Amino acid sequence: MAYLDHAATTPMLPEAIEAMTAQFGLAGNASSLHAAGRRARRTVEEARETLAEALGARPSEVVFTSGGTEADNLAVKGLYWSRRAADPARTRVLASPVEHHAVLDAVNWLGEHEGATVEYLPVDGYGRVSPGTLREAIARDPGSVALATVMWANNEIGTILPVRELAEVAAEFGIPLHSDAVQAFGQTELDFGASGLAAMTVSGHKIGGPYGIGALLLGREYTPVPVLHGGGQERHVRSGTLDVPAIAAFSVAGRLAAERQERFAQHIGALRDELIEAVRTAVPDAVLGGDPDHRLPANAHFSFPGCEGDSLLLLLDAQGIECSTGSACTAGVAQPSHVLLATGCDPDLARGTLRFSLGHTSTREDVKAVAKAIGPAVERARSAGLS
Amino acid sequence: MSGGVDSAVAAARAAEAGHDVTGVHLALSANPQSFRTGARGCCTIEDSRDARRAADVIGIPFYVWDLAERFREDVVDDFVAEYEAGRTPNPCLRCNEKIKFAALLDKALALGFDAVCTGHYATVVIGEDGTRELHRASDMAKDQSYVLGVLDERQLAHAMFPLGDTLTTKDEIRAEAERRGLAVAKKPDSHDICFIADGDTQGFLAKRLGRAEGDIVDESGTKVGSHDGAYGFTIGQRKGLRIGRPAADGKPRYVLDISPVDNTVTVGPAAALDVVALTAVRPRWCGTAPTGPGGYTAQLRAHGGETAVTAELADGTLRVSFEEPVRGVAPGQAIVLYDGTRVVGSATIATTTRRPTAALTG
Repeated sequence: MAYLDHAATTPMLPEAIEAMTAQFGLAGNASSLHAAGRRARRTVEEARETLAEALGARPSEVVFTSGGTEADNLAVKGLYWSRRAADPARTRVLASPVEHHAVLDAVNWLGEHEGATVEYLPVDGYGRVSPGTLREAIARDPGSVALATVMWANNEIGTILPVRELAEVAAEFGIPLHSDAVQAFGQTELDFGASGLAAMTVSGHKIGGPYGIGALLLGREYTPVPVLHGGGQERHVRSGTLDVPAIAAFSVAGRLAAERQERFAQHIGALRDELIEAVRTAVPDAVLGGDPDHRLPANAHFSFPGCEGDSLLLLLDAQGIECSTGSACTAGVAQPSHVLLATGCDPDLARGTLRFSLGHTSTREDVKAVAKAIGPAVERARSAGLS
Repeated sequence: MSGGVDSAVAAARAAEAGHDVTGVHLALSANPQSFRTGARGCCTIEDSRDARRAADVIGIPFYVWDLAERFREDVVDDFVAEYEAGRTPNPCLRCNEKIKFAALLDKALALGFDAVCTGHYATVVIGEDGTRELHRASDMAKDQSYVLGVLDERQLAHAMFPLGDTLTTKDEIRAEAERRGLAVAKKPDSHDICFIADGDTQGFLAKRLGRAEGDIVDESGTKVGSHDGAYGFTIGQRKGLRIGRPAADGKPRYVLDISPVDNTVTVGPAAALDVVALTAVRPRWCGTAPTGPGGYTAQLRAHGGETAVTAELADGTLRVSFEEPVRGVAPGQAIVLYDGTRVVGSATIATTTRRPTAALTG
């Protein structure tokens, strides 16, 4: 088997599994005052400190959530509500059009139900938002902007966006910028403190941690209106009993992701380059998606003219090669990805896409399997055509 | 895999027999928007989820193929156009001919598969010379060979019906599904036309064709009522005519004829429905076309019985005469000819000849 869908989810690291299983069977709610509660609390706070250090943040800036989707919703909706409450004129939301649906749908919901005016920032052919574009959009009426949100790296085509420069522009106008860094964590250097961001989303299961845990890195000066109301466990902006085993494992995976990031980028990046080369050799007219230079080291995204992505997926799956046509959420019924359409890709070409995403278990054998299978698969998928 | 119990068991049997099986659910929704944007995938569309769930239990890959556009063109639009022309189409045959064993089969063959396997109750018999014959299911009560009568030899060569040779009842198929851990075991059968979810064919047609008021007349041409659209009627229909005045003889009246040209529906007594012969066009043969006149049995609708006929092919038109008059025969329906249990072929009814007392053509 060649598992090349690590961007969807990657297997847990042994160290994270160990940290998690060590917590199972222990009593103690981290909010309780007795000894068992204090033990749980200590585990959570040490995990918070570890994760903060891995991400260049202060411990108090780490808000644990149930995952990336919740963190994105809290940032986008919560910051919109709090900023608008402080000044009713702030109803503009600026967003890149290549966001994950967790951001995109939250933003659109604000437009449909909360009186927000959603403005999508134009992107180039690689899916990048330029600082000048953001500046222009804000400058049209700075006082009306509630927030801006631009992902750190795109989950489909792997392009890394110039978030630090964008944050500088936003900071000039005193506007909070949120960034979904779910795909970037462990693959490119993330330093929340130095980034100038108001908020940043990370997730556990994309970095070798468990499912169902994530965090919103949140600057101390921001208090978004909660999405979930309850006991107020996390800085009163997020409620819910803390998941101690998941938090412990997430922090271990986060620490390792940061420690190993450089080596990962080199080692996996080299394998990924081999994969791109192999695909291009087998299918000369394959089109590499995303920015060739500023891209995630583990991502290889292609469009194959005249093919249905679904057909390719089926043919490769039958040979034990597991990849994706794009974002997992759009799988099921073939439709062109919103990311590719935003980059100006031809809708027919956008139907024939495959995303290979490598990870910590990837080997040269995986690449060889793709090199062997992709040519015949494309040929076959072409004969099946676009239905 | 429709998400129903039959296709799930068929897939399980094929996989168990050692075939390399991949489950495919067809996205055929006449309104693909609801399929695509509402759910962004198949995940919340119930039938598709049921099919996926079954595939996971069987342990086979599963994909949703979006053939909605082809389905709309070849099946739904045709269905509406046929009614508009005063005929009574059977969309299931059309779907088997144009979608399941054409668009789907072609794509499957191109991708390297050998056959399309469905949960239909019918049997494929392979002769000594390798030729394929389509036969009725072993259990006549469940036989669905009628809706497969449109398949030609090439299509049959790539068809598999693992349920065809079972003598078990539907209850036993459900028990088998249960035994295999398939959650669809208790799912009710679907009988309606799949693209008219609420079963309201008249409403569906009215929405597409609009109101077109016209007269209902008796055999003498005297107006006895009015209607909102001639397309809303089927020959042999008795209910819903809304005729205030009873017939002179007090007997119930039936739709005898639908004339889209002058938007008129003709009604009359049951005896006037008796058909003694018909012509049918667009014949499709499951094997070689018969030569010369021959005696067959014929089936005229999905759940209809058999009737003895003599049939002859001339200039691409099938001429059929019935040994005993039959009722409720409408242009647009398919006639499927059988030689014993073997499906000989099918054709679309074009005209009917009534018993001499009331000769009418449709």
